[in-house]
Amino acid sequence: MTETAGFWLPVVWALLAATAIFLYICLDGFDLGIGILFLKEKDHDHRNLMVNTVAPVWDGNETWMIFGGAALYGVFPVAYGTILPALYLPILFMLLALILRGVSFEFRFKSESPMSQFFWDSSFCGGSIVAAFMQGVILGTLVQGIKVENNVFVGSSFDWLSPFALFCGLAVVIGYALLGATWLLWRCEGELHDTMRRISYVMGGLMLVMIALVSIWTPMLHTTYMQHWLDMPQFALVAPVPVAVVVLAAALFLGLRNPRSHLLPFIATLGLFFLCFSGLGINVWPYIVPPTITIWQASSPPESQTFLLVGTMFLLPLILSYTAYSYYVFRGKMSAGHHYH
Amino acid sequence: MFGLSALFLARFQFAFTVGFHIVFPAFSIGLAAYLAVLEGLWLKTGRNAYLDLFKYWLKVFSVVFGMGVVSGLVMSYEFGTNWSAFSQKAGPILGPMLAYEVMTAFFLEAGFLGVMMFGLNRVGKGLHFAATCMVSIGTLISMSWILSSNSWMQTPRGYRIDEATGRFLPVDWWQIVFNPSFPYRIVHMGLAAFLCVAFIVAGVAGWHLLKARREGRQASEQVRLMFSMAMWMAAIVSPIQVLAGDTQGLNTLEYQPAKIAALEGDWESESRAPEILFGIPDMENETTHYKIAIPYMGSLILTHSLNGKVPGLKDFPKEDRAYSPLLFFSFRIMVALGMLMVLVGLWSLYLRWKGKLYDTPLLHRIALFMSPAGFLALLCGWITTEVGRQPFTVYGLLRTSDSVSPIALPNIATSMIAFIIVYFIVFTGGITILLRTFAEEPHPGEHGPAEDQPQRAAGTTQVSHQPPSSPTAGAGMAE
Repeated sequence: MTETAGFWLPVVWALLAATAIFLYICLDGFDLGIGILFLKEKDHDHRNLMVNTVAPVWDGNETWMIFGGAALYGVFPVAYGTILPALYLPILFMLLALILRGVSFEFRFKSESPMSQFFWDSSFCGGSIVAAFMQGVILGTLVQGIKVENNVFVGSSFDWLSPFALFCGLAVVIGYALLGATWLLWRCEGELHDTMRRISYVMGGLMLVMIALVSIWTPMLHTTYMQHWLDMPQFALVAPVPVAVVVLAAALFLGLRNPRSHLLPFIATLGLFFLCFSGLGINVWPYIVPPTITIWQASSPPESQTFLLVGTMFLLPLILSYTAYSYYVFRGKMSAGHHYH
Repeated sequence: MFGLSALFLARFQFAFTVGFHIVFPAFSIGLAAYLAVLEGLWLKTGRNAYLDLFKYWLKVFSVVFGMGVVSGLVMSYEFGTNWSAFSQKAGPILGPMLAYEVMTAFFLEAGFLGVMMFGLNRVGKGLHFAATCMVSIGTLISMSWILSSNSWMQTPRGYRIDEATGRFLPVDWWQIVFNPSFPYRIVHMGLAAFLCVAFIVAGVAGWHLLKARREGRQASEQVRLMFSMAMWMAAIVSPIQVLAGDTQGLNTLEYQPAKIAALEGDWESESRAPEILFGIPDMENETTHYKIAIPYMGSLILTHSLNGKVPGLKDFPKEDRAYSPLLFFSFRIMVALGMLMVLVGLWSLYLRWKGKLYDTPLLHRIALFMSPAGFLALLCGWITTEVGRQPFTVYGLLRTSDSVSPIALPNIATSMIAFIIVYFIVFTGGITILLRTFAEEPHPGEHGPAEDQPQRAAGTTQVSHQPPSSPTAGAGMAE
């Protein structure tokens, strides 16, 4: 009994943690994307409009990241205690960027002088870019592997300064920008809608290039990653992924071409994110700290995992439903004159 | 490097980031409850001044809550980056509690915050009030979990230690969550959060009462109403808080006598101990200099008996003692501020009885002066309880020096400097905005975020306030 619990609990938790991280990437992805798009969109009223599409929900979006940290701490403490010291500096930069960006939400609306307006707009944009970039770097470094001996990180503080990790950083910035642009395309109308449609074309193209390059690069990092693509039955799992990417890419561009299509590009982008994320997950499986610590080795005792799982079973659906309710309350198009339709 | 160790910097960083952070949750806990009360009273009485105050303080809440979220985000990762040894050992117990805090509280707060802030016209009064209550309940649940975790570190129960890994493994979750110091801590902290906000509200009201007096007019109904509410809180809650603090002291004496000895500056264990009012504890020479003491009072306060035995620091090995000079003063500042709050509360009762609550500028000036008193007392209290737990992270079981990550000194020094710079910017920005909000007098027909859509404008660009659109109109979404 304990044997099977010891096997299945970490598997269930790995799936739950992956779900939470994926939800975070989707939800905070488009609001970080809005910050990144400040680079292209300078108009003050448009910027207000962009921020207003997420003003009621961004706190909740960011909470998924806190949940990720807390769940990792409770369920996989060994992973928490090795990944975080290994990624000390990227995590630090990400947190600082998220702080600056987070307070800018409120501060930019409440600042009175053009100077402070400019300052908080810049910190919103810069913070979003740095946070997105560091999230990519963190993901890249993790996939690339972390040097661990006896459950203690033994690598250097700058292992994350590798071409692969930095490339992943860039990929995430582009991905979030696309997510943000397609979100705004859906939620806004008029001039801003048209601008976002144009930006989505460019970002969509770049995103596909990034996906292709990361997909080729990742299996070359470790032989275990390569094995997934060579051995049955793993191959059966991964083979449909590239095909699905092509289908969703087609959907994205068809949606962008059709002026009556507003929601499809956003949905297609979410689909692409899901494929990239699950593709990486399949590569890394069953390691939580590649290439040495598996989810079972990183786990807290079954007593802790069970205690948390019981509540999660009730709470997660509850959280998802009231989050959905909040999105439902603030649904519809935003426009300068009419606020919401 | 300059005699600084990574351990010292990790501790300093934790103190700095958690000290910065705790102010905002405390503010949010108190303010969310106040907002729920204001909205409830508005719905019950229909008196518009309550709604005006609700909208006024909601603007403050949006700033405070955001700062709490982002500074709390740092905390949830700092355990791993700087205290990975602690996280790996105590993670099986504290990790699930933090995860429950996020699931039962953070999501609840964040999920209903949007509706509370911007949804009054979208969901109707009843649902909106429900959202406000959810946010408030969320802050209270959050406080319960985090205080339970903290209390477990002070008075660990319900665990066993795995011999192979040195990890704390859960045995009885009930004992873990409801550990001996938790009930006392939650009452003390909850009341503290309410007092923090009561004195901020009183300070803002005091400022506007004084301003109105200077301008030779009567302060608005809203200002008087909030001053009156804040003074009721001061008069009722401050004395209760003194009792709560006293019982927590008794609890600490039972479970953490070394902490009591350190904060009292007592070196010898004795019966009929005096209470040292002032002195400078000296850890090297094991004595307290320049003592001014009241005979018997120490025993009386700590044990409620003249003959009670009070612990001394010499009862404990040198390496197990907390740093008394800091505790001695942080504790006394907290107590002194608490006493001042009681006096303000009592005086306000007297003035209210005499009908002079709004006509006594001295009280208003004192209220203004004391507006940060709640937060100062709160920080001093936390310094007392956290530094008093030293040199352990899990009291008596896991030393702080065995809890720290194997991090390089340059890394932690870099992060320390970066945190100081960023927090300075954020704090300055936040305080500026709050002070600017406070400088405006709450008035009838207060515009608040609750009334607006999230459509807000910055600076001089005033957004035209369109009538709210009907919820059904939103159905016409594309695709």
